[in-house]
Amino acid sequence: MPDLSGFKFTKTHEWVRPADGGEAFIGISDHAQGQLGDVIFLELPQVGARLEPGARLGAVESVKAASDLYAPAAGEVLEVNAAVNDAPELVNQDPYERGWLVKVRLDGELPDTLMDDAAYQAYADADQH
Amino acid sequence: MTDIEVPLGAIHRQLGARMTPFGGYIMPMQYRSIREEHEAVRRRAGLFDVSHMGEVMVRGSGALDYLQNLVSNDVSKLAEGRALYGVMCREDGGIVDDLLVYRDREEFMCVINAARHDADLAWMRQHLPPAGVELLDRSAETFLIALQGPRALEILEPLVSEGSPQEIRYYHHRPGTVAGVRLRLSRTGYTGEDGFELYGPSEAAETIWTALYERGQEYGLMPAGLGARDTLRLEAGLRLYGQDIDEGTDPITAGLGWVVKLAKGAFLGSTALRRISEAPTRAFVGIQLGPRQIARPHQAIFADSGEVGVVTSGSFGFSVGTAIAMGYVRREMAAPGTMLKVRLRQEPELWAEATVVPLPFYHRPGQ
Repeated sequence: MPDLSGFKFTKTHEWVRPADGGEAFIGISDHAQGQLGDVIFLELPQVGARLEPGARLGAVESVKAASDLYAPAAGEVLEVNAAVNDAPELVNQDPYERGWLVKVRLDGELPDTLMDDAAYQAYADADQH
Repeated sequence: MTDIEVPLGAIHRQLGARMTPFGGYIMPMQYRSIREEHEAVRRRAGLFDVSHMGEVMVRGSGALDYLQNLVSNDVSKLAEGRALYGVMCREDGGIVDDLLVYRDREEFMCVINAARHDADLAWMRQHLPPAGVELLDRSAETFLIALQGPRALEILEPLVSEGSPQEIRYYHHRPGTVAGVRLRLSRTGYTGEDGFELYGPSEAAETIWTALYERGQEYGLMPAGLGARDTLRLEAGLRLYGQDIDEGTDPITAGLGWVVKLAKGAFLGSTALRRISEAPTRAFVGIQLGPRQIARPHQAIFADSGEVGVVTSGSFGFSVGTAIAMGYVRREMAAPGTMLKVRLRQEPELWAEATVVPLPFYHRPGQ
């Protein structure tokens, strides 16, 4: 398993990983990609779009279902991962690194409702049954 | 009801399968990637454990007459060593299940959907004559392993003790010995590819799976789960019970008129089916969408005049390279080339342009 100590998770299975300079990466969890099956394409916001916690950020369309994505935190989209548009399977193969979806500038602190890795794994395990 | 573990459950987990409840069983959904498994079946070979399917033996002096009444297709035309696809219908024409009927010298075998096992058995028992027909449910003791793909024959051939599986023609079957196990070899499948389905005793499932899996490695065989089975059957235009057909749909409207033999005489549902066939109001169609417009079951289909139908199956067709779907539309909207729209989402509204296309979406090379 990758080191997920820097990651925070939503109940809707997105992750956010703060980086330097008030920036952060957002993606979906390994649990989420496993449930979705092969990702066929992603609907992602434009650079400059405003994100609000819990608001719709886009969608993941997989072989099995379409699933909305929700923003884990407030901020502005700085970059959309072009690699996952070209090769959506990256979201399945490497959801925490190469399969990131958007890079944002955070408005401030992360919401304290987000879960750390341990809490999220327990939540995801319970979600499976 | 507790979901039942298939005999090969431990092997699937060792192979990294993501398991999922399906039809009362815990089944492999995917091993590594649905796309890779799908492409392996189209280009090389895939190995499926579909032991959840039900097998019911029908024997006795009245077996043929019984099945003629129960099944829409003409079972009297079914020769020993052949298999026949058909449906069982209620009096109103609604589909109880779709099934394969195999004929052996002295008996028949019906292969039914796992999710319909209990309903089918109840229906089959309800229509038993007072004497002369015996039903024997062998579902729990029978494995079904499907080897599908252009390399299936080469993989199977050296494992068969007597004769070549090449001699088994499409929709034919015979007893055989594979890796020392007596079983039924059937040239059938649910993928649109050439291939075989092997039926045998559950305790030998592991022997057969392992023999085929190991022999298949040099041909690029992959284990394939229900996810790939679904995208493969969709491209092949094959109906899935519970999605495309059910008790609320009839085989005429579902485009399965070719397995409804009204001329054979009265059978369960024949009166209703004759009436429907004289004036069908809807038709089952293939629908092609754009690569980024995946339609899903229950989504509404519209024409300029308003709502005209509903999607029953939809996904991405890996081998056709775009999103594809099947569903029911009003008869006058069913001609290939008809332009329609699928409502992908209601809030906010999202629409996809859709074109009616002939089924199947995918043809095997050379077919």
